[in-house]
Amino acid sequence: MTNRLADRFKALKVRGRTALIPFITAGDPEPRITVPLMHALAEAGADIIELGVPFSDPMADGPVIQKASERALAHHMSLAGVLAMVREFRSEDPHTPVVLMGYLNPVEAMGYDRFAAGAHEAGVDGVLTVDLPPEEGQELVTALRSRGIDPVFLLAPTSDAERIRRIVQLAGGFVYYVSLRGVTGAANFDLTEVAQKLRLIRAQTHLPVGVGFGISSPDAAAKVAGVADAVIVGSALVGRIAALASQPDRIATEAAAFVAQLRAAMDGATASASGSTSGVRA
Amino acid sequence: MGYALPDEGGHFGRYGGRFVSETLMRPLLELQEIYERLRQDSAFQEEFSEDLRLYVGRPSPLYPARRLTEKFGGARIYLKREDLNHTGAHKINNTVGQALLAKRMGKTRVIAETGAGQHGVATATVAARLGLECVIYMGAEDIQRQAINVFRMKLLGAKVVPVTSGSRTLKDALNEAMRDWVTNIENTFYIIGTVAGPHPYPAMVRDFQAVIGKEVRYQIMEFEGRLPDALVACVGGGSNAMGLFYPFLDDPAVALFGVEAAGRGLATGQHAASLSAGRPGVLHGNRTYLMETDDGQIIETHSISAGLDYPGVGPEHAWLKDSGRARYVAVTDDEALEAFHLLTRIEGIMPALESSHAIAYSGRLARELGRDACIVVNLSGRGDKDVHTIAAREGITL
Repeated sequence: MTNRLADRFKALKVRGRTALIPFITAGDPEPRITVPLMHALAEAGADIIELGVPFSDPMADGPVIQKASERALAHHMSLAGVLAMVREFRSEDPHTPVVLMGYLNPVEAMGYDRFAAGAHEAGVDGVLTVDLPPEEGQELVTALRSRGIDPVFLLAPTSDAERIRRIVQLAGGFVYYVSLRGVTGAANFDLTEVAQKLRLIRAQTHLPVGVGFGISSPDAAAKVAGVADAVIVGSALVGRIAALASQPDRIATEAAAFVAQLRAAMDGATASASGSTSGVRA
Repeated sequence: MGYALPDEGGHFGRYGGRFVSETLMRPLLELQEIYERLRQDSAFQEEFSEDLRLYVGRPSPLYPARRLTEKFGGARIYLKREDLNHTGAHKINNTVGQALLAKRMGKTRVIAETGAGQHGVATATVAARLGLECVIYMGAEDIQRQAINVFRMKLLGAKVVPVTSGSRTLKDALNEAMRDWVTNIENTFYIIGTVAGPHPYPAMVRDFQAVIGKEVRYQIMEFEGRLPDALVACVGGGSNAMGLFYPFLDDPAVALFGVEAAGRGLATGQHAASLSAGRPGVLHGNRTYLMETDDGQIIETHSISAGLDYPGVGPEHAWLKDSGRARYVAVTDDEALEAFHLLTRIEGIMPALESSHAIAYSGRLARELGRDACIVVNLSGRGDKDVHTIAAREGITL
């Protein structure tokens, strides 16, 4: 079985490029725009797409992504609906990896095996369940892996070496380092601290390490691109989508323009900084 | 004794556990470690007991409700008078315990969620006493309904933050408190108000509330010379019920009844009876029975009593239900209101609307068990806070 995530990271490494992973909430502000938006993001330079599964009680998210969930749920967006969107996207784009990010309860309601089978059939490549730490995750990880889907896990500033070891043993695809203490979209982070932590993580795993939570501008994305394997941008993009909620037909164009800006800033940074960051990456 | 749950990971059978984002795992493990240590620390336990005695006013009486017994015409009914505690409900037992813990951990700021405002008031109270900064998250909807409690919290020096996300009620206040905690972990202690949330909260809150059941065990001896035949308590999150039930779990002859809010009736779907009519899922850090849609979205609940208006329930109750050790029943808004008036008129005790659910069910149970039996009902809080709700519902302008 080919693995789109592994292939994508391998190809990026060859080209010396850092992955750009935009996050959008499925069905925000209305379901019909999501699939065209995914295509537009991929065209604008997104290497992987992270698709948020709306949940009524998004405990780990800041106000921007909470509101995105609420807008999507107002249109009765469901996990089954999200899988249908991925299937539709996949029919035209067989290459761009798609990672679902959400909370455990909708997955529990569907059933782990049914979800894993449906996700595989739709063309999902990875699943990140925000409120599922490794201690509780074995059963879902087994169900996902049996269908060739990578279980993506979070690492946090509060994760010590022992927890990092435990998490990377279970994780697949890449690991997602939460670059600050707080919820999604919170204030800015400390790049030195992030770089230090990434060194600790890389000592324990060969999996690519993505960094997200609080990366809001092309400038910040460029800085993180110098130290990480992937840059994840969520709230800053979702905030732009929210501002266009009353003109949904403009969303794909504007979101793509923002992603292109992030891409350009990151590529400039990785090209010029590849020498100076080699110590960090080692 | 026999009963030794939860396990190391906080599980009660398949329920409980720790379902939180990675950022919260380390702080929860630390809290668990410290709590385990202080649980066995006699100096800490002594300080807790002293606070309960001198500040809360414990032990609370066990009151033989003779006229209520006569009225129901069955088993003898005893009321555990948690309504007589400082601040008027059982909530203070837990906030005193957690505040002591916060102090031991060197935290300077406490936060809490609140629905009706009782837990918020109890938290603001202990924060004032210990000189801790205090922030209370409360649904914007609940702030409207509970203006007096909001003012009480402010008088006590707490900042009350309205929560406008989601359904703007207790569950959303809990989400918001969690978000605050994850952002301010260094200096902040999160005082959860019920036996829910990620491990170690369900076990820790239960242990602090267990003083209720421990007192009942010896108090009932004075009247009956034996343990009661049944215990009855209302269940929203379930902390007053767990506090009463826990010391009796190894006494199979003592039947346990948890009373949920049937709201406008279980058949209408407008209720808060997650054990009676929900199904297992994951919310607020633990696996338990939930009120949810087929897609796993949490739904809004309804109860006349704000304290029972919650779409989940403590995971230990989920376990006690499945194992058959406790039985869970539901009482409607109307039945609870009737019980409120009854107890007020014939015993001169105005129960909280939450506790009124337990009173209502005890009538049914007393007749079933007959005159040779005796029942202890947890009167978890006083009803003063509810007079506006009752007046409004009965079309009376105050």
